Amino acid sequence: MPLTEPLPDGLSQQEIDTEVAKAQASAAPSDHPPRDYPPYRSSHFRFPRQPLIPLSDPEAVELSGPAFGVTDVTALDRDLTRQHIGEPLGERITVSGRVLDREGRPVRGQLVELWQANASGRYAHQLDQHPAPLDPNFTGFGRCLTDDEGGYSFTTIKPGAYPWRNHVNAWRPAHIHFSLFGTAFTQRLVTQMYFPGDPLFAYDPVLRSVTDESARQRLVCAYDHDLSAPEWSLGYRWDIVLDGPSATLFEEGDQL
Amino acid sequence: MSYAPTPSQTVGPFYGYALPFPRGGEVAPAGHPDTITLHGYVYDGAGNPVPDALVETWQPAPDGSRAGAPGSLRHDPVTGEVIGRDGVAFTGFGRVPTDADGHWAVRTLPPGGVSYIAVAVFARGLLHHLYTRAYLVDEPGDALLGALDPARRATLVTRPEADRTYRFDIRLQGEGETVFLEFK
Repeated sequence: MPLTEPLPDGLSQQEIDTEVAKAQASAAPSDHPPRDYPPYRSSHFRFPRQPLIPLSDPEAVELSGPAFGVTDVTALDRDLTRQHIGEPLGERITVSGRVLDREGRPVRGQLVELWQANASGRYAHQLDQHPAPLDPNFTGFGRCLTDDEGGYSFTTIKPGAYPWRNHVNAWRPAHIHFSLFGTAFTQRLVTQMYFPGDPLFAYDPVLRSVTDESARQRLVCAYDHDLSAPEWSLGYRWDIVLDGPSATLFEEGDQL
Repeated sequence: MSYAPTPSQTVGPFYGYALPFPRGGEVAPAGHPDTITLHGYVYDGAGNPVPDALVETWQPAPDGSRAGAPGSLRHDPVTGEVIGRDGVAFTGFGRVPTDADGHWAVRTLPPGGVSYIAVAVFARGLLHHLYTRAYLVDEPGDALLGALDPARRATLVTRPEADRTYRFDIRLQGEGETVFLEFK
């Protein structure tokens, strides 16, 4: 197969918007983004051209998954504002929610990991050369285990938006990266959580890669005033539903 | 299935200070005589190595148990830093970022009861992770392998190298593209 070229460097936002609209029009209905998504130019050489091979095997190893426990997290790991001597700059927030499977059952005792840019929109990573200040009091990653109701909670600061080089004047809306485990390896999820009402949503090909509008909305947390702590932090709620079959689904004979 | 799933998004380029952990690829207990090395390169559709991929492995213990065990991410009790495994428990879970040359390696024990190690691949540019399997031997009776034509089948079977070392390259796209799986 001859190599095709990715979309060129230096496209305007308007040209990317046109590509987003084209991809949107040709997308099959799906909860997940298509891996072949030209407006996100980095995807060009990194998606399989062959269809995925479907596998439905109750004996598959992937229907089980890694286990985590008290050795894998400390109580401090969920508070990203207490990892250094001083307090990070920015708007202190809590992000809380539940991790469920597709039957709505809580995912208990599983690992939730998150990472993010600081309040200025800069990651503590040497390859991030965006000229915004690093914060010596903020690294920006945390982890916790879900509780018996599937609940998780983090204290952090609201990340800033930041530019990237997908096209000219490309800006990512503020987001927090999440990594999740279910009871099965098939339920593994890495995703990004966004904040309500961000004016950059319409311009971001990463978020827009989720072509279904209602699915896209599920990546946006909700401001929850009851989760805000007086004179301390603003509260956001975000529930997560893990896709994919698990051994327990097979055991119960559910329609897969 | 009534609850609508949360969509996937790319892991992006900056997970490096969050997801990898010390000795993430040292799944086998330290010095275990049965230790095998599973390693390879991740390549993109232009044939270039992928230096910002994350490879995760999951497998049964040698006795066939699929329960796993906690303790992949043990902490130093004083500093709180993750120091990784204690070198005793077999957690079954490996996680390694690719290096600048696209290479990754996991040292583990042979899985009990099956001939493959489950693999998930995450990368910048990949909007939804991919699953594949590294078969340590070409299993004649395996239903998945049996359903593939020989060229595609070969992408799932590791190549034995020096003592107890198995090579498994992952080609995301194009010639020799690895077979990726969708669990139903």
